[in-house]
Amino acid sequence: MSNKVIQAMYNDDDVLMDAVKQVRTANHHIEEVYTPFPVHGLDKAMGLKGTRIAITAFLYGCVGFSFAIWMMNYMMIENWPQDIGGKPSFSFFLNMPSFVPIMFELTVFFAAHLMVITFYMRSKLWPFKEAENPDPRTTDDMFVMEVAVEGNENELVSFLEKTGTVEIKVTEKH
Amino acid sequence: MYTFSSKLKTFSFALIIIGLLGVAYGFLSTPSSVEDVKVMLQESHNNHGEVVTTHQSDENAVVESHDVAHSDDAHAEHIFHLLKNKPWSALYVALFFFFMLSLATLAFYAIQHAAQAGWSVVLFRVMEAITAYLPVGGILLFVFFVLSSMHFNHLFVWMDPEVVAHDELIQNKSGYLNVPFFLIRAAIYIVGWTLYRQNARKLTLAQDEASDISNYTKLFKRSAAFLVFFLVTESMMSWDWIMSLDPHWFSTLFGWYVFASMIVSAITTIALVSIYLKGKGYLEFVNDSHLHDLAKFMFGFSIFWTYLWFSQFMLIWYADMPEEVTYFVSRFNEYKIPFLGMLALNFVFPLLVLMNSDYKRVPWFIVTTGIVILIGHYVDIFVMIMPATVGDQWFFGIPEISSILLILGIFIYVVFTALSKAPLLAKGNPFIKESEHFHY
Repeated sequence: MSNKVIQAMYNDDDVLMDAVKQVRTANHHIEEVYTPFPVHGLDKAMGLKGTRIAITAFLYGCVGFSFAIWMMNYMMIENWPQDIGGKPSFSFFLNMPSFVPIMFELTVFFAAHLMVITFYMRSKLWPFKEAENPDPRTTDDMFVMEVAVEGNENELVSFLEKTGTVEIKVTEKH
Repeated sequence: MYTFSSKLKTFSFALIIIGLLGVAYGFLSTPSSVEDVKVMLQESHNNHGEVVTTHQSDENAVVESHDVAHSDDAHAEHIFHLLKNKPWSALYVALFFFFMLSLATLAFYAIQHAAQAGWSVVLFRVMEAITAYLPVGGILLFVFFVLSSMHFNHLFVWMDPEVVAHDELIQNKSGYLNVPFFLIRAAIYIVGWTLYRQNARKLTLAQDEASDISNYTKLFKRSAAFLVFFLVTESMMSWDWIMSLDPHWFSTLFGWYVFASMIVSAITTIALVSIYLKGKGYLEFVNDSHLHDLAKFMFGFSIFWTYLWFSQFMLIWYADMPEEVTYFVSRFNEYKIPFLGMLALNFVFPLLVLMNSDYKRVPWFIVTTGIVILIGHYVDIFVMIMPATVGDQWFFGIPEISSILLILGIFIYVVFTALSKAPLLAKGNPFIKESEHFHY
């Protein structure tokens, strides 16, 4: 197995989308696409699976909700049920309305923060992480599609040249 | 063009007839005098047997016997008034509920115009048809208010001069709460809303044939102006028509709260009518992304309603000030099931069902949730109105159900007649292409 990839560079997202579709129909494997901004519909064209991050957020929200209930119940009802301004601390439900703001905020807090952390972990983002950018221009105005080389390299290059690319580089996979 | 199917027409007539019979039964079955109520109370006391005797002996121990007799009389008269109010209140809840569906649809429609929304243009004719009920419902409500002010019923206690004479709190409010001003205000609201509705309908129909967009521009400006008028009048309407049923109670966010209930039910109605028409093959340009957007609005406004409900409840519960908290005490003690049940229907159910993006594209999911939301908001109006008018004598029986059927029949008849009057695509709107290709 060769470790080579072809980096085909485009300067327009419409051209890129067409190229992705052509490469997919020709059954070449797209390693990665680098774009300076989100290209609407690119994930569908590449055949990427939908994200499950919303599901994780829902579950994290449930965790936060449960945590809030447990915490308020333990502190205000079980551990030290003091009479504070006549609030009924006999049971959780009698005093529930005053806990709702905390229950709500903790649900949102858990859902939001844990989802963001999940996103960082899954997309391998952290401070001092080395950038994986194949070409600095892809953060400005260029689009790069990386295609794995399997079989005939020259054939693949000439195929990609016909898809509207402005530059083609064959490199070792990093 | 939509043709009003004869099946649906027959169905709406059947609803009207069954509803009318039930409403008539409701009015005939109220007790005719205080004496009847006394007999009725006596019977129920005898049925309860032992519990009541101990209760009475307790009472005898603290109160002198002729006082008991007197309080029994007053009690029977109180119950008599509540029972007399029952069929009226049932009718009023139904009248208000369907009126608010069409009123908030109009507000939503105006928002779509003023915001120059691209997605909703294909649904404009559905919204216009739903708002066709506005003049009809407005007249019915106004007749109801005139009857109330002529003392045919006892819903608005401040309309009773005898009550006002002994009630300093109401006397102090009589600058606002007096019958002529009340009726003038009601007329201004209803006429103002209807004017915008008829004008908007005329302008969009004219836009279909026009070669420029002058009608569209006019409608844009009028929608913006209407929204200003609507925000003020809707708030005042909620004080007049609902909050004044409890003239001793007041709440500042009440207008918003009623609005939230209105708008979520209205969007649900738009979704249900659209899904019905799409199922019949009349709205082929409406795709699942339009439904997804409507379902998102249903979801979002359900949560908005809950937010306002809770804000009102929690602030009053927390401070526990006697003059405010009676409102919730009577609702919590006597209406526990509808009061708490509507939270499940209006919040928990839509929250869990409509959270998933895929489910929001499935028509039967939207229909099921929509029906639950509409029932929930009927209960919401029920719990706003009934405790003030019938108190603990409430029951969800024949008068309540038949009032719903009656007004539902009229609503269906008016809405679907209006649908058959104009093409279902507002083709003159400059955003129509965007809307037809709307995809989310």
